[in-house]
Amino acid sequence: MADFLLYALLAGLALAIVAGPLGSFVVWRRMAYFGDTLSHAALLGVALGFVLDISPALAVTVGCLLLAILLVTLQQRQALASDTLLGILAPSTLSLGLVVLSFMHNVRIDLMGYLFGDLLAISPTDLAWILGGSAAVLALIVALWRPLLAITVHEELATVEGLPVAALRMTLMLLIAIVIAVAMKIVGVLLITSLLIIPAAAAQRHSRSPEQMALGASVLGVVAVCGGLALSWFKDTPAGPSIVVCAAALFLLSFVLPRRAV
Amino acid sequence: MSTALIRLDQVTVTFAGQNVLENIQLSVKPGEIVTLIGPNGAGKTTLVRAVLGLLKPNSGSVWRKPKLRVGYMPQKLYVDPTLPLSVLRFLRLVPGVDRPRALAALIEVGAEKVIDSPLQGISGGEMQRVLLARALLREPELLVLDEPVQGVDVAGQAELYSLITRLRDRHGCGVLMVSHDLHLVMSTTDQVVCLNRHVCCSGHPEQVSNDPAFVELFGKNAQSLAIYHHHHDHAHDLHGAVVEEAASAPGTPPTHVHGDNCKHG
Repeated sequence: MADFLLYALLAGLALAIVAGPLGSFVVWRRMAYFGDTLSHAALLGVALGFVLDISPALAVTVGCLLLAILLVTLQQRQALASDTLLGILAPSTLSLGLVVLSFMHNVRIDLMGYLFGDLLAISPTDLAWILGGSAAVLALIVALWRPLLAITVHEELATVEGLPVAALRMTLMLLIAIVIAVAMKIVGVLLITSLLIIPAAAAQRHSRSPEQMALGASVLGVVAVCGGLALSWFKDTPAGPSIVVCAAALFLLSFVLPRRAV
Repeated sequence: MSTALIRLDQVTVTFAGQNVLENIQLSVKPGEIVTLIGPNGAGKTTLVRAVLGLLKPNSGSVWRKPKLRVGYMPQKLYVDPTLPLSVLRFLRLVPGVDRPRALAALIEVGAEKVIDSPLQGISGGEMQRVLLARALLREPELLVLDEPVQGVDVAGQAELYSLITRLRDRHGCGVLMVSHDLHLVMSTTDQVVCLNRHVCCSGHPEQVSNDPAFVELFGKNAQSLAIYHHHHDHAHDLHGAVVEEAASAPGTPPTHVHGDNCKHG
């Protein structure tokens, strides 16, 4: 097997596994639009990385983390409805990123790669970054699983029972920010949320516990990554979109399959 | 007073420049049942939130016994339909709870049938019992119930009331309960507090469960219900502000006489 294909496969699998449990939280807590906004802003992170001459991976990670903190703070103020706020921030940060990039004539940037992913061009450094980030996020989400679930079910009940709700909520946002920064190289800023949401939504109909849904989403994500890469390898299709198409096909399949009897 | 589980002193809560609660005094002792009543918008839920520490009063103090274990039963629980959660899994969100303990708590509240049902599929009455079971699993010293009998008919109400009394007797916990009914309260209530931004009046409910007319009206449920007679010395206008009783003729000096618990100016 070619090295670049092995790298692509490992990176895709790592992302799919961590996206399962995290995507389940995105679905349960209705944070799809939040993820979308963060991923659109990732492009601004890339542009700033070029301007400040630091590694794009680092710039995107820091940018996503800062924006997540800003969003949480703004949402608590509640001057604007959450969806309005996100609807303003998502396109503005994406556009600002594109405008800043257009000023830089001296660097050649593969814009399509950032928008839709460039999975087959992953370097060993990228791979190390992706594997490390995924492993850290997965470890945290497993360690915090029960309290995170408790605040998802009822925040006030969780507060009364002594959980640090605000800190947990912020942690979940930051974990999503890290995964988005990590995933940008794989499926690109426009497709990241689909990888979080589609496998979780497909697993939901056939799960009877939160854990089943999270694991099921990981398994479906792994299948989608393998299928997408195979499609890309044999039919020369773009890798990122091929993975999303596979995930969407699995989602449709989950609707056709009969629900398990309770 | 040192035996109290919680004590509120001169608590005032303001939303958008308006006083929602004014100078509230309240305390709950172990084994004591306190029922909060009052019209809509009187600040009952706000007071409960202040007791639970979910909101900080603008002035006054909320004292809690150190490391007080609180069991809280919220008014309602909405769980997103995309979250597959059985009743058992819901109860196991309390640390250290396994299936036998969850089952024991559900048996105690009479809802053991639903242990493996999805949380979104059980009826309103079953949900209230499940929420009560979750509060009990915390082995609470103080049980806080926000409208536990809301949307339940009088027979179901009476049954829940006797259940709450039994739980109090068995666990020896203090109970702070919000009631949606202005007159009909749990007969074992030690103290009724009538709230309309400030404490309007408070006292014991009248034991009328032996009154033949009352028994005829509520049948076997009469034992767990009691009537609370308000003894207000003032009235409220539509905005909740204190007004003089209509009887006072124009020109006469204000006749408002402060009650024992009346703290407004």
